[in-house]
Amino acid sequence: MITDDMSTRLEQQIPALRRYAFALLRDHDGADDLVQDCLERALARLHLRRDDGNLRAWLFTILRNLYINAHRNRKRRGTHVEIDAFAQSLPADADNSLEAREALSALDQLPEEQKSLLLLIGVEDFSYEEAAQALGLPIGTIMSRLSRARQRLRTIIETGRPAFLRRVK
Amino acid sequence: MTDSEGPIGQAPVGRAPIGQPPIGEDDLQAFIDGRLRGTRLSLVEAYLAAHPDIEKEVAKDRRHRESLRAQLEPKFAEPIPQRLRIASLRAARWAKWNRRLPATAAAVVLFAAGAGSGFIASRLQFDGSLSTPARTTMAVARDASTAYKTFVVEVVHPVEVNAANEAHLLQWLSKRLGRPLKAPDLARFGYRLMGGRLLPGGSGAAAQFMYDDASGKRLTVYVQAGQNAETAFRFKQDGDASTFAWIDQGFGFAVTAIADRGELLPIAEAIYTDFDGDDPSTPKKN
Repeated sequence: MITDDMSTRLEQQIPALRRYAFALLRDHDGADDLVQDCLERALARLHLRRDDGNLRAWLFTILRNLYINAHRNRKRRGTHVEIDAFAQSLPADADNSLEAREALSALDQLPEEQKSLLLLIGVEDFSYEEAAQALGLPIGTIMSRLSRARQRLRTIIETGRPAFLRRVK
Repeated sequence: MTDSEGPIGQAPVGRAPIGQPPIGEDDLQAFIDGRLRGTRLSLVEAYLAAHPDIEKEVAKDRRHRESLRAQLEPKFAEPIPQRLRIASLRAARWAKWNRRLPATAAAVVLFAAGAGSGFIASRLQFDGSLSTPARTTMAVARDASTAYKTFVVEVVHPVEVNAANEAHLLQWLSKRLGRPLKAPDLARFGYRLMGGRLLPGGSGAAAQFMYDDASGKRLTVYVQAGQNAETAFRFKQDGDASTFAWIDQGFGFAVTAIADRGELLPIAEAIYTDFDGDDPSTPKKN
């Protein structure tokens, strides 16, 4: 049985889960579907979990696994249509430089692991240990991977081009 | 430009005082994330002041981090949609369970009927072209990998019969494959049985057991009837899904998961040992 306390603790994570899902998918409805799948799975698996575990890292791991599974499926079927509805829905940036507006679209061009590193550490304020745990990476490689991810993002923003061929979506 | 790449991968020419380790890329990343305090922070600041090229890149990385946060902030601030409330999800879960039970039973009957007729006939002809054991093992690996990719993404119906009906599942699949089957216990690897399904495979039928771990990572164990010879483990990588396959006692076996070779091998060995313990010539009465 799920206690009210657990319901509250789960709900407290929803805004951050929605933000992460949205940054991965860039589609508002798709992001909420992903968060819903994640929460449903969490509810079904809650009894398998140790009470002292890190609830946030666990939820983000579930969401990421679901994203990776579904993403593979989409590529296989080749029916994915990217609708960039975000550009219109964002409020005008205070610092309206090209650079500031492009951080998120530049992120789109990174491989999933680099995206997740930048999002979990830079946006969600995961500790380096938590990020290693959520991404299934050895803690010893986190800093160099983070460094590479930031370097690549910088290159994309500066040159306006991805450092590799963009996937045709 | 080469100067600015100094701190990556090698000890930089830091000016750390005696007794302080030199500045590394971990310091710079922690600085970008605003996680340095005290002496270390002053040291990094002094280092950056002395290395303007690196300072420039670090400043850019900080700006990019800030704009990413700022761009995503409105999403975080949005009110939670009703459908994501835990109470709504729990109510939907309850309703789904009540609906699903009879539907699962019907699906099992239909699927078994389908597998018994057209599917097998078509696979029989196809299988004639596979000759050497190595190629056959790779065919088992390929079938297992395809089955993995087909069903691992299923959210609503990942399995035909769930683990709650394990006895029924094993009896059904054992009968269809013509050998006593048990679902290997993978608890020590953190995987729990979700259930299984019957599939067309090789020259007859195949069984797929699906497992998942606490984080939702899925793994499948695949058993295919009607193979000859015995082979060693073969490894196949398909995207990020890895498969070990082998042929033993007239059956093809495979285990597939999103895992690297080193992680999957002990699981494959455990499954091999588990199935090897069963002598298919003396079917269990179950």
